[in-house]
Parts: sequence; C-alpha cells; structure tokens
Amino acid sequence: MSVEAVKVDDKQMKEHIKQLKQYGMIIALVLIYAIFAVLSDFKNVAPMNVNNLIMQNSYVIVLALGMLLCCLTGNVDLSVGSVVAFAGAISAILVVDYHVAIPIAFLAALLIGALVGIWQGFFISVLGVSPFIVSLANMLVFRGLALVVLKGQTKGPMPPEFTVVGAGYLPQIFTNIGGTKIELLSLIVGIVLSVFFVLMEIRSRRNKKKQGFVLPSMGATLFKLVLSIAIVNFFTVKLALYMGLPMVLLIVLVLIIIYSFITNNTVPGRQIYAVGGNRKAAALSGIKVDRVMFWIYTNMGLLAGLAGIILTARNASATPKAGDMFEMDAIAACYIGGTAVSGGVGTVTGAVVGALIMGVLNNGMSLLGWSVDIQRVVKGLVLLAAVAVDLYFKKKKNG
Amino acid sequence: MSEVLLEMRHITKDFSGVKALDDVNLVVEKGEIHALCGENGAGKSTLMNVLSGVYPYGSYSGDIIYKGEECRFNNIRESEQKRIVIIHQELALIPLLTIAENIFIGNENLKFSNVIDWDTTQRKAMEVLASIGMHENVNHLVGALGMGKQQMIEIAKALAKDVELLILDEPTSALNEEESNMLLDLLLELKKKGITSIMISHKLNELARVADNITVIRDGRTIETIQRSNNEVIDENRIIKGMVGRELTNRYPERHATVGNVVFEVKDWTVFDQEEPTKKKLKNVSFNVCKGEVVGFAGLMGAGRTELAMSLFGHTYGVKSSGHIYKDGQEIKIPDVQSAIDHKIAYVPEDRKTYGLVLINDIKWNMTLASLNGRFSDKTIIKKDDEIHAAEEYRGRINIKAGSITQPVESLSGGNQQKVVLAKWMLSEPDVLILDEPTRGIDVGAKYEIYTIINQLAESGKAIIIISSEMPELLGICDRSYVLNAGEIAGELPKEAMTQEAIMKMIMDHTAKRGSLQ
Repeated sequence: MSVEAVKVDDKQMKEHIKQLKQYGMIIALVLIYAIFAVLSDFKNVAPMNVNNLIMQNSYVIVLALGMLLCCLTGNVDLSVGSVVAFAGAISAILVVDYHVAIPIAFLAALLIGALVGIWQGFFISVLGVSPFIVSLANMLVFRGLALVVLKGQTKGPMPPEFTVVGAGYLPQIFTNIGGTKIELLSLIVGIVLSVFFVLMEIRSRRNKKKQGFVLPSMGATLFKLVLSIAIVNFFTVKLALYMGLPMVLLIVLVLIIIYSFITNNTVPGRQIYAVGGNRKAAALSGIKVDRVMFWIYTNMGLLAGLAGIILTARNASATPKAGDMFEMDAIAACYIGGTAVSGGVGTVTGAVVGALIMGVLNNGMSLLGWSVDIQRVVKGLVLLAAVAVDLYFKKKKNG
Repeated sequence: MSEVLLEMRHITKDFSGVKALDDVNLVVEKGEIHALCGENGAGKSTLMNVLSGVYPYGSYSGDIIYKGEECRFNNIRESEQKRIVIIHQELALIPLLTIAENIFIGNENLKFSNVIDWDTTQRKAMEVLASIGMHENVNHLVGALGMGKQQMIEIAKALAKDVELLILDEPTSALNEEESNMLLDLLLELKKKGITSIMISHKLNELARVADNITVIRDGRTIETIQRSNNEVIDENRIIKGMVGRELTNRYPERHATVGNVVFEVKDWTVFDQEEPTKKKLKNVSFNVCKGEVVGFAGLMGAGRTELAMSLFGHTYGVKSSGHIYKDGQEIKIPDVQSAIDHKIAYVPEDRKTYGLVLINDIKWNMTLASLNGRFSDKTIIKKDDEIHAAEEYRGRINIKAGSITQPVESLSGGNQQKVVLAKWMLSEPDVLILDEPTRGIDVGAKYEIYTIINQLAESGKAIIIISSEMPELLGICDRSYVLNAGEIAGELPKEAMTQEAIMKMIMDHTAKRGSLQ
C-alpha cells in the first residue's frame, strides 16, 4: 500500500511541476515588470504608463494571435507589417481624401486585409509555394504599395470618430474619492471579472467531479485564481486612476477570448495543431491540409487589416513606414511564449504573454532612456534566450 | 577447388533485444556470384550491413575474415578501403548531378590536394563506363536515366573504387525483365574479370541463372547453402522450401466469426504511379471482402499493396485512377479521406510514426483525431468530456499500457503506439478496416494482443483487410488471401490452400508469365 502511495505522490509532483511550468512565462513577465519598476523609480507602474502599455501593445497582440496560427503549422507570415501599413493607408485616404463614412473605411481596411490573406493563401495552398517565400514577396509588395498610395507622405489628421478605436475610451464614470479622481466602470469591471473567474473555476471542478475525472490540486487552483485576479485588478485599478478602460483593451480581450476558444475547443483549432504536429498523419486522418493553410493565412490578413486600423487611429494618421518590423514582434511574441519552431505546440495565452514581455521590455527601456538601438539588442537577446532555454529543458527531459 | 575470399563466422546482431541475426555463417569463394535468399525481414540486408561496416564493429558479435585477415570495420569507408562495396536497394545517386560527378562522389579525383580535377574525372568516368559497355555522355544528369541504367551507374561507381567484392541488395527489384537481363549479364562479365559478387534477391529464377552458390537465411539463421553442381540449374522449389519451411506453432488466437455478405468490393482498379505518371502502379485489381471476414494481401516489397490501400483510401496515393468501388452493393466514390471516413472505411497505415500519430500529442488527442468531425464535435465545438470517456474506455478495452490518457504517444512502446492507432480508427466506427503491416516492429506478446483485437473486430461483423509481409501471419489470421505481384492480382487462395510455398509459387509463376509476355 505504501508503494501505491509513493506512486501517487510522485505523479502529483509531476502534475505540480507541469502546472507551474504553464505559469512560468507569466511569472517571468511579472518579474521583468517588477525589475523595471525598481529601475525606473516605479515610473512604469504609474497609471498613465499602464494605460500606454496597453495602447502601445494592442496591435502586436492582435498580430500575435494570427501569427500564432501560422507558427503552429511551423510557418511564419513576414508580410503583416506591410499589410498593416497598406490597410491603414487605404482607410486614411478614404476618410481624409474621399470623406467616406468611417464605418465603411473600417470595413474597407478589414476587407483589404482579408483579400491579401486570400491572395497569399492561394499561392500557399493551391500552388504550393512555401509560406516563407510568399510572405517575403508580399512584404515587399505591400510596403511598396503603401508608399505608392500615400505618395510617400503622411495622411492625416484622422477625425476623432476614427481615433477612438486606437486612442479612445469606453464610457467614463468619474467620481472623487478622497481628493483623487477615479473612474468607476474600470473598478466595477475588475470586480465582476474576479467573481466570474471564481464561479468558472467552481463550475469546472464540479463538472470534473461529476464526470469522475481527476481534479487538479486545490493549491494549484487557488494559485491560478489568485494570480489571475491580482493581474486583472492591478490593471483595472491603475486604469481607474487614469482615464478608464481603453477601447482597444475591449477589442483585444474579445479577440483573445475568441482565439483561445478556437484553438482549445473547436475542430478547426485542433486541425491546425494536427497539421503542425504531423502533416502526413493529419492528411490521413481526413484533414484537408491545404484548406487549413488557406484559412490560416486569410485570417492573418484580416487581423493585419484590423491592426492597421488600430495603429492609424492611435497615431491619428497613416504613414508609409507604419508597422515596420511588426511581423518580427509578432513572431518573437509567439516564440517567447513557448510556441515550437517546428510547429504543433503553442497557446494563445503564451503568445499574449510573449507579446506583453516584449511590450514591457520596450516600455521599460524607453522610460530608462535607453536608445532604440540598445532596445533592439536586448529584445533580440531575450528572444534567443527564451527559445534556447526552452530547447535546453526539452533536451534534458528527453536525454 | 578455389580459395575462400570471405568468411563470416557466428554473426549475431540484435536490435534492442530482438535478434535480427543469430549465429549466421557465410562462406564466399573468390570469383563467384553468391546469392542470399530469404523472406522479408529474414536478416539478409542486416548481414550485408554488418559486412560493409554500416553497423560498426562492436555492435554485433562474431568474426569477419576477409582475404585471411580479421576485419573490424567501423564505417563504410573502412570496408571500401578493403575494396568491399555495397549497393543498397535505394540507390545512392544524386539525380541533379552528372554521371561523372556521381561516379566519383566521395572518391573525387583531386589536384593541388583539394581541387577537383575535372579532366581526369571525365576521362576516368568514360573509361569505367566503356568497361561495362555503356556509352552515355558522362556530362548528362543521372536523373534523366532509366532505373536500369542508374543501377549500372552504381556498379560503375563501385568499379571506380577498384571493387573486389561487390554486394548488391535486390539490384533488379525496380527493373523490368530486359533491364534485369542486362544487369545479370554484366554481373557474369564482372565475374570473368575476377570480381566476386554477393547478391540479395527475391527473384529466384534470376538467382538460379547466375548464382554459383545460394545461401538461404530464415529468421536470422543460416539454413543451408545450395551449390550449383556441374552447371545444373538450381531447383527453385528447393530454394522456396528452404526459405519458408518452418513449423507453425500456435501463435494466433482462434476466431469465431461468421462470414456474411460482401461488404466491400473493388473492380478493375487501375492507378498510375505518383513519381512516373505514365506508368501503371496497379493494373485492373479486383477483390472483395465480406462481413466478418479477414482477407490478407500477400506479396513482395514493392508489389503495390500499400499503394492499393492508399489509392482506395481517399486517393492518398497515385495521380489518376480508374475502376469501381462498391460498398454494400452500391457504387461509391471516395475523392478524399473524409469521404472514406464517412463511408466507414478506415486505414491503419504501415508506418505509424510517420503516417499514423502526432507524436508530441497525447493518447486521447490522437485517438479522436479521425472522428473529430463525427462523434466528438457538435457544430465544430469539440466535446472534450466525451473524448476523455472514449479514450479511457479504449485504453481499458484494448489494454494500452500507459500511466494516463494524457501521456504523449512518443513515450509509448511500439506495440502500445500501434494500439493507439488502432483505437483511433476503431473510434471512427468503420465497416471496413484496412490494416497495413499491423504488427511490424512489435514483440510477440503485443502481436498476439493485436491479433486478438482483429478477431474481436471480425466477430463484431467488420470486414478486415490485412497487408502483411510476414507470410506466417497471413496464414495464421486470414480466411482468404490475395497475392499481389507487380501491381496485379496474381491469384487468390482460400484458407485451405494457403501455404507459404503456394504463395511464393504464385508470385514466381506470375513474374515468369509477365516476363514471357514482354
């Protein structure tokens, strides 16, 4: 009997380690944030900076969500930065030069993104050209087209109905408590979300019990709950002390929820992992590999269009140089977040955390006054370190 | 009468506990053509890989005596220094390089110690080709040559290394009759020049024609060496007897299935080769399977059995195909894998790691992959609880030895991996189950368990098709067998008439008939 007990203990330990590893990235993010907080005299936790952090990184997160799907199949899309610039440019031209209604300009940008995706998907799935080549070519094509349509100049300014998407806020309810101005909606959302997390966790445990499945340990569940509630409320409180909830935060959150659901709970999501994990086995299991690839790139194009709108809105103008190197930020976010370079492994949470790590680094180094050149060096080294450490542990496990 | 060139003594080689060679002895005389015969997996290629240093000294036990001295090769280069050259079944030519470049690859003519001397390369290449009666332009690409000529280039490559002992692993398996004859004549020519050859082949008629001695290997053991005496042709039946003559012990569980009506029928199925779209890989293949019946497909490697299964399973092999497929008497079309699954046809592929499993994912995930669009989803949303229940059920039912259903399949043993693939296709609830080499590379115990599962499936009314290169396995578990040879059905054997000799005879007769037609 004691042998049995030891076995169970051993198994539980392994489970613990596995679960901790899942949060390793989040813990790394919190640590990096804390280090920069100390270095920058807590400037980076100031309400205004928290707000900036969200607004500056929203488009990278949007792109990382699409890029994750590409990376899961073992590929990348190099064209997204250029597509961001091109879609943003078209929407700006429509509004400023042709006075088109803003919702139609938005739709046009999204449509252009999707069409670029279909264009790329055609070469990838129908003609079988490698995605790397297709997207490298289109990176040049659409950067060039952005320069052509803008005639090399900046287009703006954008009207406030446009900029609200990237720089605006959800309805604000200000009140004064003890002499500080506080936005109530943010606080309420924070509390509602916390309660929601607790209820979801209870429901999940109850269901697992009912089905007779193994329950995760209470400690792990509590740790997860405390961590997520702390993070959410940190943000909502900080935002309440500034201007309230940014519009982009809502957009990004909705997208994160949708893509988490797709990758975790739907057949198309599962098929993407299968294609990345073993293309031949996927094909022999009834998965239409070409069709999966087509939709992944179409989706990436659509999200690049959306990022183009957000970026143009935040800058209140479109420039031909907009979105430069965004593809690299998005790819780095996925790999820092634990996506396997060979494909088949990776999560939405990982990609988002990866994007935030990049964002916190960027933001922290800017606050410290480090030059852009040095920032690139640091970001490059962080990417290299993240992937190398991941591979090192994998090798250790297998060896 | 003549001196011994090579002697391999007591060679034993195992792969993680499975004995591929068990105390094998081989004696080759100088200047002879020595043939090695045996079923697939008998250990012929392994023996030759030991000889040529593919498996280095120390990874096997026993002695290799070549020209009177003991040899301990650590790699192919060392055996080539002794002028022993092996030509593998899959040719080692690079199609996009020229003939001259291929002949001297890894053996370049150099000047100034590291620069390739192209003039010498071309001149020597032409000399070598001329010596075997070939008059090709040595600057043409190898990829443009036919299979027969490519095989000759391989021999030229060996000659350029001043070969004394030439080892050929199934040199004629990919050649037609005419090309084969050319190659065999060349071997006889080389023999006159004093070059010794060891040749592995399944084509007994060819061996009988050119071989001086034939050593038969079975189950990793030397059975006998048959000598040609006084230019008499060696009797093919004697070779067959030696190759397959083993007692069948009761390694197969009994089955109590009643065979019902025909469920699945294929008529005049013709498929064109994927690599050479003008060549027919399968010609007018017709067969049928009944409810509760286990039907085997026997044949040599390359006969087209896997291609047949895959071409039927949603056109996963071949470029064009014609013919008719009937399921329960109705003609059906199977344009893709999903429609094969929808028609309740399942295919468990030959190579589970490459085609069957996503190794980095867990047992549960792999088990449900083929039925995601069916029972495990509702409006594209995956029913995760059902997945867990189903995986747990099958883990118990077919006895998959794993800690939990969330264990990655890469950590399982071969037998358990095979069970996961079986479960994956059982979950798709098929009526017709095609199993391609279902027990390859797994141990005897796991094999028995797989046979038991096959029996249970047949007893529950499924129609089962088994492709296997292990003839005893087909004899042990099939109600009926088709023999496929060179893309054609060579014949059909009911259980009573199924013997290894009969299957081999059918293949030989069919090959001979094709040869006489050409």
